[in-house]
Amino acid sequence: MKRLIILGAGTAGTMMANHLQHELDLNEWEIQIIDERVEHHYQPGYLFLPFDIYQPEDIIKSIAEFIPKGVSLLTAKINKIDAPNNQVVLENGEQLHYDLLIIATGAKIAPEEVEGMKGSEWHKSVFDFYTFEGSLALRNKLREWQGGKLLVHITEMPIKCPVAPLEFSFLADSYFKHKKMRDKVEITYVTPLSGAFTKPKATEALEHLLHEKDIHIESDFAIAEVDNENKKIIDYGGRAISFDLLVTIPTNKGDELMARSGLGDDLNYVPTNKATLQSQQYPNIFVLGDASNIPASKAGSVAHFEAEILTENILRFMNGEPLKEEFDGHANCFIETGNGKALLIDFNYTHEPVEGAFPFPGIGPLRLLKESRINHMGKLAFRWIYWNMLLKGTHIPFVSATMQESGKKFD
Amino acid sequence: MIAGKTITVNEEGYLTNFAQWDKEVGEALAAEANIALSPRHWEVITYLQNEHKNDVALSIRRIGKSGLVDIKEFYVLFPNAPLKTATKIAGIPKPASCI
Repeated sequence: MKRLIILGAGTAGTMMANHLQHELDLNEWEIQIIDERVEHHYQPGYLFLPFDIYQPEDIIKSIAEFIPKGVSLLTAKINKIDAPNNQVVLENGEQLHYDLLIIATGAKIAPEEVEGMKGSEWHKSVFDFYTFEGSLALRNKLREWQGGKLLVHITEMPIKCPVAPLEFSFLADSYFKHKKMRDKVEITYVTPLSGAFTKPKATEALEHLLHEKDIHIESDFAIAEVDNENKKIIDYGGRAISFDLLVTIPTNKGDELMARSGLGDDLNYVPTNKATLQSQQYPNIFVLGDASNIPASKAGSVAHFEAEILTENILRFMNGEPLKEEFDGHANCFIETGNGKALLIDFNYTHEPVEGAFPFPGIGPLRLLKESRINHMGKLAFRWIYWNMLLKGTHIPFVSATMQESGKKFD
Repeated sequence: MIAGKTITVNEEGYLTNFAQWDKEVGEALAAEANIALSPRHWEVITYLQNEHKNDVALSIRRIGKSGLVDIKEFYVLFPNAPLKTATKIAGIPKPASCI
């Protein structure tokens, strides 16, 4: 019996467990998935918790619920991946041999990377919303907050869900308007990028929205420290911005397991072939989702598109066939813009987000790079799709793993 | 036209053909950015060009950990948006911050 081990039972790991259980001969292959947690969180829900749009029970289920029969789930902490010897060593010392390993251990925030970020004001006036605890603490703060200078800040790239800070800003604008206190709040979006986004057309659309909602932008800000005493963030050039409430996206790093195992780069991301998803160091290791270093967005939709291609490549690898260099960096993201509307962007490694209709050219019904109520409904419906289709590895009809050029307005 | 040579640039002023770069072009680009290049500047520029040649993704963090220069000094050498500025002067593409 050969063994395939999946490390991490979040979005990516769970999807692969389902894909592979379906495709592999379970008389030949034992599939094991390992995670130290028991809960599965719908991470996109963390954006909505601070504004009381979702409640905690809306976004938490058990990991076990989504692991299919035929795949064994092991709840354990991993000490090290001993790649040269093809084994995983657990914290309790147990060694698990593998013939094939899939790393899907994701990315987490590391606020300690910035001096003062996890200082005296952490979870008092400095918050994250990229963890369950952080978004709940922020929710409790926002319920009572009487107003002042709100900064929505990004420490450095890459971050998972790169549009979330913008969404947070838009939702904050709506939240305070709803509470009839928008005039008491000054919202500033602070980014290390040169604009609201990285690509020109999307930047234009999003900066237009920021301007419309009276949200200021401070760009090219590379944070060096958080001054807790004076409530300021200071960048390496000495530029300082004061705040009353700082909502920050700290540095995002891959799991520390990669550092312990000698498999990660300086941010703990695993060097991966961007088209085949194979590890650049070990041929029998593949990487899926936020854990890799590929230049695609760190997003659930990307993991979903990757999973379809990775499954094919794993089968090829098992049969000694050449891998398909197929993954094109396809990402598809809803951007909540407040007031019951959202934008949708669909892009890949080589094509920036542009206007158009999705998924049906000319028909839609979803509009690309333009606000619509249907897009917003799509974002909310997505939670159902996530629990009932995505995690189970079900193909979403009419949405291909590689990005479609048809229906899009390119220059 | 720069430093008496013809160069092709993209809409943001970055060289699209590294073969057209030489020290004089670098000096001229630096002058446009109001930076007088010292030997220390050249050390950093050479480092960036080598990283680019080896296909290494450039970032402020990586440069800070390079052992050559720390982030504070990098900002002193190339004020405001050091990575954008230094790469332009070095004739290499602006680092693509992936989405």
